[in-house]
Amino acid sequence: MKVGVLTSSNDKDSEIKHIRSLSLAGHVGFDSLPDQLVNKSICQGFCFNILCIGETGIGKSTLMDTLFNTNFENFESSHFEPQVKLRAQTYDLQESNVRLRLTVVNTVGFGDQMNKQESYQPVVDYIDRQFESYLQEELKIKRSLHNYHDSRVHACLYFISPSGHSLKSLDLVTMKKLDSKVNIIPVIAKADTISKSELHKFKIKIMSELVSNGVQIYQFPLDDETVAKVNTTMNGHLPFAVVGSTEEVAVGNKMVKARQYPWGVVQVENENHCDFVKLREMLICVNMEDLREQTHTRHYELYRRCKLEELGFKDTDSECKPVSLQQTYEAKRQEFLVELQKREDEMRQMFVQRVKEKEAELKDAERELQGRFEQLKRLHAEEKAALEEKKRLLDEDQSSFGKRKAAAQLLQAQSLTANGKKDKDRKK
Amino acid sequence: MSEATKPQPQAKGEKTPISDTSYVGIDAILEQMRRKAMKQGFEFNVMVVGQSGLGKSTLMNTLFKSKVSRKSVQPNVEERIPKTVEIKSVSHDVEEKGVRMKLTVIDTPGFGDQINNENCWQPIMKFINDQYETYLQEEININRKKRIPDTRVHCCIYFIPPTGHCLRPLDVEFMRHLSKVVNIVPVIAKADTLTLEERDSFKKTIREELRANGIDVYPQKEFDEDAEDRMINDKIREMIPFAVVGSDQEYQVNGKRILGRKTKWGTIEVENIAHCEFAYLRDLLIRTHMQNIKDITCSIHYETYRVRRLNESNILFTSNPPDHPAPATPQPNGVAAHRSSVE
Repeated sequence: MKVGVLTSSNDKDSEIKHIRSLSLAGHVGFDSLPDQLVNKSICQGFCFNILCIGETGIGKSTLMDTLFNTNFENFESSHFEPQVKLRAQTYDLQESNVRLRLTVVNTVGFGDQMNKQESYQPVVDYIDRQFESYLQEELKIKRSLHNYHDSRVHACLYFISPSGHSLKSLDLVTMKKLDSKVNIIPVIAKADTISKSELHKFKIKIMSELVSNGVQIYQFPLDDETVAKVNTTMNGHLPFAVVGSTEEVAVGNKMVKARQYPWGVVQVENENHCDFVKLREMLICVNMEDLREQTHTRHYELYRRCKLEELGFKDTDSECKPVSLQQTYEAKRQEFLVELQKREDEMRQMFVQRVKEKEAELKDAERELQGRFEQLKRLHAEEKAALEEKKRLLDEDQSSFGKRKAAAQLLQAQSLTANGKKDKDRKK
Repeated sequence: MSEATKPQPQAKGEKTPISDTSYVGIDAILEQMRRKAMKQGFEFNVMVVGQSGLGKSTLMNTLFKSKVSRKSVQPNVEERIPKTVEIKSVSHDVEEKGVRMKLTVIDTPGFGDQINNENCWQPIMKFINDQYETYLQEEININRKKRIPDTRVHCCIYFIPPTGHCLRPLDVEFMRHLSKVVNIVPVIAKADTLTLEERDSFKKTIREELRANGIDVYPQKEFDEDAEDRMINDKIREMIPFAVVGSDQEYQVNGKRILGRKTKWGTIEVENIAHCEFAYLRDLLIRTHMQNIKDITCSIHYETYRVRRLNESNILFTSNPPDHPAPATPQPNGVAAHRSSVE
């Protein structure tokens, strides 16, 4: 018989706990706990987000309208979108006392482009963005997780066009990129264009292609006995071949949702005609909670782990001792600050260097100018000297000429007076 | 499941209603939640605090109708008063009508038993904060467990000795410090020593003293969600502290076997609301408010601890949790420390 061992928090090394099962001697009353939990959830309301991926015109909006029995105010999209976009719309629905906040995200322009290589990227980015904003909220210091509007995608309905042959390569590529991020439920759209025998072969082909390409689609859970049986059966019917219609046609004496053709009426809720009822049952009535849980515990945790590891956080450091997020964060912050400081120093040094260079350049230029100035001055002085010399010569010439002129004049004057004397002498 | 083919009328609310023609099945999510909860099981951690001899272990056994207390697990250890307050927790798996619960009862022998009882609440405070710390560390791990084991103390039952006068300084000190970190449910122990009039006046005195000292016990007024909640909780607030009597022995009364205490002057029936308020306590703790108690611990007390702890780590660059509550305004000291360390 197992005896309960006491654990005392004073000595942490004896942490072994043998938890014994006790039988109760009477009615205690905690069997009302699930009811208490359910009541709390009713007060809070529920949240569910569906992503519909499929080509334009394949019937995504109609199927959503049919599934939830409302008109979601959709409009037709054009086929000429240059890029795949996502359009999200949120609705508040209520059924009996359950309030559901439903967000339907549709792809716009998927499969319309000529080059479809990047078609999956906006979808992946959208899903990552929702995970990111939840992660941000979770990491905040002051957070309010119970009030937070969870926008993470819980289920992804992938609409396969009813070619009857096999999956398109766009389908395979997109689903492969999404299978680790979201619960993928493939559906065959517009199933009223395929005959029963073709449908059977088509389904087998699709599933085998998915398996051979390693695409992990959502499997309905088998661990709970109450629903294991129905889930196993449904797992065998994947992918569901659906027909959507919001119009009602009279069949017998009832009005049912159906599509009217000249050759007959395809009833949406008739299990012989299509798998719509199965889809509704699996998606909403049986597994909605499991879809939400898988998103939170598997896909979100994977995203969180990858994101934090990418940022450099680890659980254990190089000596394999546990490292807290806080320590890593602080270490990173210090690193970052040191790096900033280094860069600042570098920039400062570069600045100083450049200033020095410029200064040197300017000095050179100045010296050159100075040199030229000196040279010019010298030239100028030389020329001036030369001119002075010439002037002196000229002056000399001039003065000598003046002298000679004076001498000549004197001579002339003398000769004149000499002649005058001679004349006087003769007259006497 | 053939619910999908049955047409059912829907309630029309202000929100966009599902149209009348058929049934979508959104309310099946309640059933899914219930199934998930039953599969996962529940956890509940309750701490009992009070002087020795007040009947804590007996009350626990009575509440959960089985031998959950520490003493029942260790029957041969002689009863001695420890020199300091010790914290001893015992866990059990109990099941009722398919609902499994891991119940942990945390006992605090030695509380209030020494000659000098100053700060005897500190080991208890430390234990509670340590549980928060463990949960926080697990939560901020990169690789974390799918379901983090919840060892946080959800509820602390404080036993007031039935003096009939007023609260003692020890009681006031303890409740003042701990009402901020955990949900406290005060009870008057061994209430069969008080007459009904004495009991009522004692309760009134206690309520006034709690109010005068600003002690907010469960259900706290500030966490009432809406008018309906407030109404229910006001009724409860009129009755706290519950005057309880515990017993794990059955006697024959009026042809029925019921739990009680047999004395020479009569038999006190534990579950008779004319005799004592045990039934109210049990209903509050287990049958109606258990989920609410857990929610307040998770979303309010734990978050308060987390905010304080993350702020402290930011400022002081350490990862060691404090042993005592942080000062009311850590910012001025913290900023100074930060500046000096950067320089």
